[in-house]
Amino acid sequence: MANCKYEWPAAGDRRLIGKSISRIDGPAKSSGRAKYSLDINLPGMLFAKSVNCPYAHVRIKSIDTSAAEKMPGVKAVRVIMGVGKEVQWAGDQVAAVSAVSEEIAEDAARAVKVEYEQLPFLVNEADFDKDKTAGRTRQAAELKVGDPDKAFSDPDVVTHEGHYGIPVITHCCLEPHGHVTEWMGPQSLRTFSSTQGVSAMPAQFAEALNIPANNVQTICRYIGGGFGSKFQMDAWGLASAQMAKDAGKPVKYLLERAEELETAGCRPSGFARVKVGAKKDGTLVAWESDCWGTGGPTPSGVLPIPYVLDIPNRIRRHTFILANIGPARAWRAPNHPQAALLTMTPIDDLAAKLNMDPLQLLMKNADLASEGRGKVYREELQKVAEMSEWSKYWHPRGDKTPGHIKRGLGVSIHTWGGRGHAGNCLVTIQPDGSVTAELGSQDLGTGTRTVIAIVAAETLGLPVEAIRVKIGDSHYPFDGPSGGSTTVGGVSASTRRAAVDARDQLFAAVAPGLGVPADQLEAVDGKIQAKGDASKSLTWKQACRKLGVKTVQAHGKNPGQCMLGSSGVGGAMVADVSVDTETGLVKINRMAVAQDCGLIIDMKTAESQCYGAMIMGICYSLFEEKIMDNITGRMLNPNMEFYKLAGIGDIGELKVHMMTGPGYDERGVIGLGEPPVISPGAAISNAVANAIGVRVPTLPVTPEKVLAALAKGGMA
Amino acid sequence: MKQKKEKLLSGKKEADGLTRRDFLKGAGVAVSGSILVGEAQAEANPAEGSAQVQGPGEVPVTLRVNGETRRLNLEPRVTLLDALRDRLDLTGAKKVCDRATCGACTMLMDDRPVYGCTVLAIEAQGHEVTTIEHFSKGGKLHPMMSAFVEHDAQQCGFCTPGFVMACIAFLKTHPNPTMEEVEKGLGGNLCRCGTYWGIRHAVLDAAKAMSAEAEGGLIHG
Repeated sequence: MANCKYEWPAAGDRRLIGKSISRIDGPAKSSGRAKYSLDINLPGMLFAKSVNCPYAHVRIKSIDTSAAEKMPGVKAVRVIMGVGKEVQWAGDQVAAVSAVSEEIAEDAARAVKVEYEQLPFLVNEADFDKDKTAGRTRQAAELKVGDPDKAFSDPDVVTHEGHYGIPVITHCCLEPHGHVTEWMGPQSLRTFSSTQGVSAMPAQFAEALNIPANNVQTICRYIGGGFGSKFQMDAWGLASAQMAKDAGKPVKYLLERAEELETAGCRPSGFARVKVGAKKDGTLVAWESDCWGTGGPTPSGVLPIPYVLDIPNRIRRHTFILANIGPARAWRAPNHPQAALLTMTPIDDLAAKLNMDPLQLLMKNADLASEGRGKVYREELQKVAEMSEWSKYWHPRGDKTPGHIKRGLGVSIHTWGGRGHAGNCLVTIQPDGSVTAELGSQDLGTGTRTVIAIVAAETLGLPVEAIRVKIGDSHYPFDGPSGGSTTVGGVSASTRRAAVDARDQLFAAVAPGLGVPADQLEAVDGKIQAKGDASKSLTWKQACRKLGVKTVQAHGKNPGQCMLGSSGVGGAMVADVSVDTETGLVKINRMAVAQDCGLIIDMKTAESQCYGAMIMGICYSLFEEKIMDNITGRMLNPNMEFYKLAGIGDIGELKVHMMTGPGYDERGVIGLGEPPVISPGAAISNAVANAIGVRVPTLPVTPEKVLAALAKGGMA
Repeated sequence: MKQKKEKLLSGKKEADGLTRRDFLKGAGVAVSGSILVGEAQAEANPAEGSAQVQGPGEVPVTLRVNGETRRLNLEPRVTLLDALRDRLDLTGAKKVCDRATCGACTMLMDDRPVYGCTVLAIEAQGHEVTTIEHFSKGGKLHPMMSAFVEHDAQQCGFCTPGFVMACIAFLKTHPNPTMEEVEKGLGGNLCRCGTYWGIRHAVLDAAKAMSAEAEGGLIHG
C-alpha cells in the first residue's frame, strides 16, 4: 500500500507513535477529579436500590409494593420482574425503588414483599452429574478433523489422558453496572452510563422507552472497569429511566457490590476430559476432548480447543450445562483463557511423559498455529525463554531440591484477532490553532484517549497536549463499542484519516501565501513548512490564522482507505512460582510475556495492558471463583473479602516485551486488551506442576487443591 | 499534629450536647477498626460506659473536611463515605466493596488512613477529615499523583484515588520504604485492572521526590 496518503509514517519519521507517553487523563484520575457515572450528582437526584430475589430459580407469585410506596421519601417504585415471571438466578432484580437518600431507598426495598414459587435449580456443574443435569444440557456441534482414532492407535504415538477445569468467575468491576438517568423533556433522555458502548447505548434506551433514539444522549467520560460485561442497558437501566420519569427527578441506579457479583456477569466455566497424543519426538498428532461448562441458563462458550495448535487429527465435543448461576457475559478474551488452560496443561503433562521440555515442545509444534504464525510464536517463545531465564530455572517435573519450598516454571501461548472496529472521528482545527478530535468512543482505562491524541498530534506535527480529545458522549460521531480488543485499531485509523484530511485542508489554505504547492508542505515541530526547506514556514498558529473565520473540519472513518490495521496476534508467557508443600501456598516469583500487536501507538499504555493482564491472570489462577452453594442456590462469596483478588504483594516480578520493528510494525495497529490475559492460567498451572511434580487439575490453584494433589500422588 | 488532636479531643460541647469525649467512648472500637496501614497509634479510649443514643431520624452533624466546616443533617447510620459523596459531592473517594475490604474509599482522619465506608459520619465529628480532593487544590498535583501518572499506575482509575491516599498515608510512616514494605503496607487496597506494578514504582519514586522536596523546605499537603 505504498503511497497511500493515510499510511502510518515510516519508522524514522515517527515522533510520537511507539514512544512511551503518559496517559492524558492520568492527572484527572490520580487526583480523584475524574467523574465516573457513580460520581454523578444532579440537583434533586434520587437514589435507586434493588429488590433482589434470594432464590436461584423461582416463579414470582405476587409482589406487594404498597408499603414501600407509602414510606416518606420514596418517590418511585417499579416492578422489574412481574407476577408469573421466572427468575433464573439468585440476586436478580425483581423490583426497584427510588428515594431521596440511599438509606431510605434501602429501607423501601426491604419493605417490598414478594412471594415465590420454588423451582428446581442447578448451580454446580464441575462434576457433571448426569442425574442432576438431566434436561439441562445442550450439545454443541462436534468438530472433527482428520482421523483421531487412527492417530491414537499408532503404536509410535505416546498419549496422555487427564481431567482439567476452570470455574465460573465474575467480572468484579470496581465501578458497578448502572446509570444515572435524567429526562430533559417529555421525550428526551440523558443517561450517564457505565458502559463500554457509548454510541450504541441511546438506541437501547430509545427502543425500550419508545422514544426516538436521537432524543437520547449517553455520557460516559470515565468507566470503572467493564471487561466485557458492560454493553447493555440492562433491566436496571430501563427501571432507572422509568422511575426518573415517574418521579420527575433524575435517578442514580448503580448496583450494590453483592448484586454486582451475583448478577452482572459470569465467565463460563470449562471442564474437560482430554486425550492428547504425540510422536516420541514431540510432534503433536492427535487430540480428543469432551468438554462441558456453564455460563448460566442459556448455552454459552464453545471453547476453541485444541487452542492455537491445530493438531492434525482432532475431535472435540462440547456440552453446555444450563445452570442458575447468573448471566454469561463476555469476559476479557471470551473463551480463550479456558481454551488455553484446557489445551496447554494437557500438552504440558504430555511433555512430562515424553521427558521433553514443554517450551521446546511448543517450539517444535509452532507451525500448527494457523495463518502461518509459527515463526512469530518461535520468536516469542525464544524471547520469553530469555526473559524468564528458562534454561537456568526450568527442570524436569518435580523440584528435587531439599526442603518444602519447590520452585517451577510453566509456559503457555495464546492468540487473538483484534481488528479495529468501525467508527468515525471528527477533527476540527480552529483559526486560533486549537484542535479537537471527537469520537463517540470510550476509554476503559486502556489508553484510548491518549492513543487518539498521539495519532492526531503526530499527523499535525503538534505536541500531544495540543490535541483536545472529546470522547465519552453519544453526541460525538459514532464509534464502535469497546470489546474484543477492537478500539485502538478503530480509533487510531479513523483519527489518522480525519487528521490527514484536516491537515491537507490547512495546507491548501496556506500554500498560496507560502508560495509552495500544498502537496509539498509538511507539518512538523509545530510548523507548516516546505518539505526540506524550513525557510518557507509558518508556525502552527500563524498558519491557522490564515483560515480567517473558517474552521477546518474533516471526518475520518474506519474501515477506509489504506491498510492502517490488521488482525491476528500471538504471545508467549512464562510463570515462575514457588510452592510451599507444607501449606499448599503458591507464590508468584516472576512472570514474563512476549507479545505482538502490530504497530504500537503508545508503548507505555501497551505495556500496562500486559502488566495488568498478567496480574488479572494471577487473580483467576490463584484466587477467583464464583462459589455456589448447592443447598441455597446462592453465591457464597458475593463480596470482596471472599471473592478474592490479588493484592500488591501477590504479583512477583513482572516482565513485558512488546514485539516491534520489521515484521511487526507494517501490520498496522492491532488490539491488545485481550491477548495477554489468556495464558496466565495455563502458565501458572504448568509452573505449579513443574514445581511439585503433580498436576493440580483445576483453577484456581488454592492451597487446599495443592495439598490434595500432593496427597493423591505427589512427591515423596 | 499531636497537639491538634488533643485539642480536638478536649471535649468542646457540640450543638446537640454530645461531647467529643462522650462520643469517642462509644466509637473507639469502630474508629481503630478502620485503621489501614502504618502503625496504629492508640487514639480513642477503650469503650467505657455507653454512648448517648442518636437517631433514628436525622441529626445535625458538623464535619471538618479539607479544612472547612460542613454542617449537614444526616441519619446516624450514614457513613462518612456516603455523606461526602452524596451530600458534599466529594466523589474522589469511591464506593466499591462498602465493607472495608478494597480501600477505594481511603481517606485521612486526623492524618491516619481510614476506610470511609466503615466510619459513620457522626463518628467523624471533631476529627479533621482529608479527602483526595485536598491534595490537588489549585490544580497542582501532589507528587504521589504525578508519580502515578508517570508510572502509569492506573488504568480504569477507579481504585486510584484510594490507592493514592493510602500511599500518601503510608509514606508518612515509611518515608523511605523498601519494596517489601510497600508490598505489605499497601495490602489494604485492591485493583481490578492490575496496576500494582506501576503503583510499586510510583510509591518508591514519590518517596524520593517528597524527601527531596522536604529537604528543600517544600513539604506538600
